[in-house]
Amino acid sequence: MISANLPALQVIIPLLAAPLAFLLRKPRLVWPFALLATILTVLTSIGLLQQVLDEGVISYAMGGWSPPWGIEYRVDAANAYVALIVSAMGAIVMFYAGTSIRHELPEHKQTLFHVAYLLCLAGLLGITVTGDAFNVFVFLEVSSLSTYIMVSLGANRRALTATFQYLIMGTLGATFILIGVGLMYVMTGTLNMVDLAQRLPEVADSRTIYSAFAFVTVGVCLKLALFPLHGWLPNAYAYAPSVATAFVASTATKVAIYVLLRFVLTIFGVTFSFNTMPLGYILMVLAVIAILIPSTVAIYQSNVKRLFAYSSVGQVGYIILGISFGTVLGVSAGLLHIFNHALTKGALFLALGCLYYRTGSVHLDAFRGLGKTMPWTMAAIVVGGLGLVGVPLTAGFISKWYLVMAALEQGYWPLAAVALAGSLLAAIYLWKLVELAYFQQPDSDAAQIREAPLSLLVPTLLVTASTIYFGINTDLTVGVATVAAETLIGGVR
Amino acid sequence: MSTILGLYNYWIVVLLMMTGFYIVIAHGNLIKKVIGLNIFQTSVIIMYISMGKVRDGAPPILTEGVTLFSNPLPHVLMLTAIVVGVATTALALSLVVRINEAYGSIEEEDIHTQEKSS
Repeated sequence: MISANLPALQVIIPLLAAPLAFLLRKPRLVWPFALLATILTVLTSIGLLQQVLDEGVISYAMGGWSPPWGIEYRVDAANAYVALIVSAMGAIVMFYAGTSIRHELPEHKQTLFHVAYLLCLAGLLGITVTGDAFNVFVFLEVSSLSTYIMVSLGANRRALTATFQYLIMGTLGATFILIGVGLMYVMTGTLNMVDLAQRLPEVADSRTIYSAFAFVTVGVCLKLALFPLHGWLPNAYAYAPSVATAFVASTATKVAIYVLLRFVLTIFGVTFSFNTMPLGYILMVLAVIAILIPSTVAIYQSNVKRLFAYSSVGQVGYIILGISFGTVLGVSAGLLHIFNHALTKGALFLALGCLYYRTGSVHLDAFRGLGKTMPWTMAAIVVGGLGLVGVPLTAGFISKWYLVMAALEQGYWPLAAVALAGSLLAAIYLWKLVELAYFQQPDSDAAQIREAPLSLLVPTLLVTASTIYFGINTDLTVGVATVAAETLIGGVR
Repeated sequence: MSTILGLYNYWIVVLLMMTGFYIVIAHGNLIKKVIGLNIFQTSVIIMYISMGKVRDGAPPILTEGVTLFSNPLPHVLMLTAIVVGVATTALALSLVVRINEAYGSIEEEDIHTQEKSS
């Protein structure tokens, strides 16, 4: 009974938990309740992934209306994998949120933050499990609107302007996707993804479909912050509350990348996207610029949250580079990096949250002597940073290894060189932090700073440890990513 | 002739879309940006409604002797899009209020100079 309804539960649990959390009112009650909801969501995701790997694609007719007329929730290896990443990060960050939010937000805003968080989680999971193109837009807006709210709750007044900019660019992106979906609908008369994939080839050679493709791609690239469209990201990440940054950085852009994959590979198909339209080359050029320029900009940042935000733009470049090859190996490298980067950036932003909890700052100056005063937090930052560089035994190494292999498979050895150059840039900004933390003495008044409380430290170290675990034991991630890439490229059969 | 007059609603869509987009990009006043965004979203609503119309199609109500109906689905989709648009506008405007409280201005340039000096 329950196992048959897992796709719906995946969305409904957080979606219903949000208004219930609002009714509970008291932050004391809301946090455990929200935590329970996120844990149930993780269990659902695990169940879904298990079911997909055992029995193949799950098609769920929402409300009993059979597809393609009704809204279909369609779960295959690719979205079960992304849903698991999102819900797992959602639960871990929620555990962390208890202490962090109590510290960073005034009491009357704490409940509202948790409500927005749950809504955002519901939206993101909705995007991943749905098999309906218009439904993607609706859930995208659910998650985006709640993300804006979370970002705007940051303590600095710049959080407000950052949110406004994010809102404008995010809405433009979502509306572009809406236009693209409309143009596809006018040519095919369907919104169901499987149906679209079957009907599009007949009408693909028309200006309407070309422009639909362009609108959808640009819209999604705005959401996933591909290089020239990343303007909203650094400030939004830098000024949001720590919890919001950790959650959004490790999930929202990743889900947007999944949407890109779903539209480009499954709906439009590899042949149309990469042969008829020159998407591969465009993405490749932008990805190379994204790896090199934002990583360089990151070196010059003095706000460390902003530094890692720029590094996120660079890491999105790696994922897009893998996708731009349009091969199974390339896409699975991209998917692997989605997972590994979600963990790595999650760990880093959680660790920065610990720092902010004790020092009230994430400025470079706060790092002076941190290796002595907050050894565990700093260790998490170093391990996370090594993951960004792609040092062996971290998860970041595995995905970069596959990425380089995918580039060499195509004979693009200069791209492999670019990927390595990006690692070098990451090593430079990591060194800046290490130098301050381990080779300089703390300021006299900073010497009394203690390690962060366990309720923050445990989730941080858990995520950090998992980046090492998935850097050593790669069977699970590589296996699932390869199956997922094959499903995405092979189209819907 | 038919590409100009026959498709006039699509021309209006393009005009509105570009007007809205231009306002969002070119104007420094935050309220004007929100309104521009609204115009941009409205153009999409007109686009969807236009494509739901089937030539010589009757309103989609089952009636004796009518076989050709207009497509009601785009209208339903746009109800959702309108709700999304209202929510976005409300959130954007409340942000503008908060920005005005924090900076004492809703002009982008003013805010920018204040952020630089602080």
